[in-house]
Amino acid sequence: MLAASNIGISFGGLNALTDVSLKVERGEIFAIIGPNGAGKTTLFNIISGLYAPSSGRVSLGAEDVTGLPPHLLARRGLSRTFQNLQIFFRMSAAENVMVGRHLHEQRNVLAHLFTLPSVLRQNRATRDAAEELLAFVGLTDVGGRAAGTLPYGALRRLEIARAFATEPKVLLLDEPAAGCNPVETAEIDAVIQKIAARGVTVVLVEHDMKLVMKISHRIHVLDQGRTIAEGTAAEVRANQAVIEAYLGKHGQREAARA
Amino acid sequence: MIRRFFDSPYAVVVALAVIVAVLPLVLPSVYYLRVAALVSIFAIAVVGLNLLMGFAGQVSLGHAGFFGIGAYAVAIGPTHLGIPSWAALIIGAAAAGLMAFVVGRPILRLRGHYLAVATLGLGLLIALVFTNEARFTGGPDGMPVPRLEVFGFRVFGPRMWYWIAGITLVIGAWIAANLIASPTGRALRAIHDSETAARVLGVDVARYKLIAFVISAVYAAVAGAYLALFDGLVTPITAGFLRSIEFVTMAVLGGLGSILGSIVGAALLVLLPQVLTVLHEYEHIALGLIMMLVMIFLPSGIVPTLAARLTRR
Repeated sequence: MLAASNIGISFGGLNALTDVSLKVERGEIFAIIGPNGAGKTTLFNIISGLYAPSSGRVSLGAEDVTGLPPHLLARRGLSRTFQNLQIFFRMSAAENVMVGRHLHEQRNVLAHLFTLPSVLRQNRATRDAAEELLAFVGLTDVGGRAAGTLPYGALRRLEIARAFATEPKVLLLDEPAAGCNPVETAEIDAVIQKIAARGVTVVLVEHDMKLVMKISHRIHVLDQGRTIAEGTAAEVRANQAVIEAYLGKHGQREAARA
Repeated sequence: MIRRFFDSPYAVVVALAVIVAVLPLVLPSVYYLRVAALVSIFAIAVVGLNLLMGFAGQVSLGHAGFFGIGAYAVAIGPTHLGIPSWAALIIGAAAAGLMAFVVGRPILRLRGHYLAVATLGLGLLIALVFTNEARFTGGPDGMPVPRLEVFGFRVFGPRMWYWIAGITLVIGAWIAANLIASPTGRALRAIHDSETAARVLGVDVARYKLIAFVISAVYAAVAGAYLALFDGLVTPITAGFLRSIEFVTMAVLGGLGSILGSIVGAALLVLLPQVLTVLHEYEHIALGLIMMLVMIFLPSGIVPTLAARLTRR
């Protein structure tokens, strides 16, 4: 469904990613993990069209989409969320999700200027769809609230609902559980599984190892811009290079804190 | 109740229509009708500019250029080309829209201060053309504008212009309200808050910025044409830099992202100088001071700040 091959990018002479390749099947939950600065978000930014890679190709389905801008990728069925939340704070929660329906709306500006009856009907349909999507991620009765007034965990789910509203074939989630407490993380876990159950391919970057190990079909491990391992949770957990670069150190830190 | 009023742009439009209808009954003299007509004319331009600045979040320091295109269209059209005023007005609005469309593509790639400087340059350039093409425009002295005639009916005087400008303002506010509540409006507001997020949701950011720019240019051109027809005279000052700043000040003072704010801002900056003339040479000091105090105590602009305070409880 989604493939990246031999991706490389450098910023100011520094190689942020070198020769990274991955292939994600339809309906799969695929996680990308690695220590801070490993290049996970950079890889996401390339796949979602925010950066153009210096080398390598990205393909979606059978199509080469390398360097395509994000809004055209969205039309082809790829959307994403952001690690540092990119909420439309001046809009209500429902309106945030309504923007996600943009591509499925009639976009004739002249009709909008004079609010033809079709526009009113469409606005209602879009609002209903947005409310449904909010309920889908467990956010009921908040549609009318200003997005800025929602708690952090709710904003994470709001972003997922908004991206899911585009009806993507591939959904990229950049640290969907970052900053969330265990209850919120469990809710997000459930949402991701529900999305995958609908046949949507989910690629996520996440630091919460419990979540990653539990829901991912396969895990891709990056360190310093290079792939060091890929496999199922069990395979990755047993991989010596992964333990040294990431899990081990992480585990030690956890142990030291306890 | 109060919250619903401010949340619904249509409530504002209805309230505006009522005010426009009732005002002539309470205003004591024609002088006030003239001032009210001026408020409406400026408010038309500011409502349009607010769609660009307050909703799409893109600044323009060159909107007087589009205002000038509308104004000179109704001057040059009938005088030099034999086009009736009403047709010249439509052509002027279309020309301003076209100009915005052509120039907007490259300059709307710029952001923040850079966009401000680019639009500033655009405005100056347009004003320069009006000053230099003296053969058509009368140069720095400007030129007279023939009265508007619609199907043999001559439009003149404060009373008639009050109605034309007022009704146009109501229609302009209604169209703006429509736009805001539509997918286009949601796309514009999304761009304002996070361009990146808007893009990954499929919003063609460049296209929507351009749409807002073109629409706001058309509003400005219609307002410019009205002012020229009302005054019976047009000079390059109509299209000048200070006029652009005046529009931006009206939008910011009244409140970005608020249709009602645009009208309040326009009213304030048209009325204050009239009221402050009693202070003679201190007029400008007082005007500047009031503007500063408004921004210090009502930092989101008059209407949004007061709306927030009224609806908090």
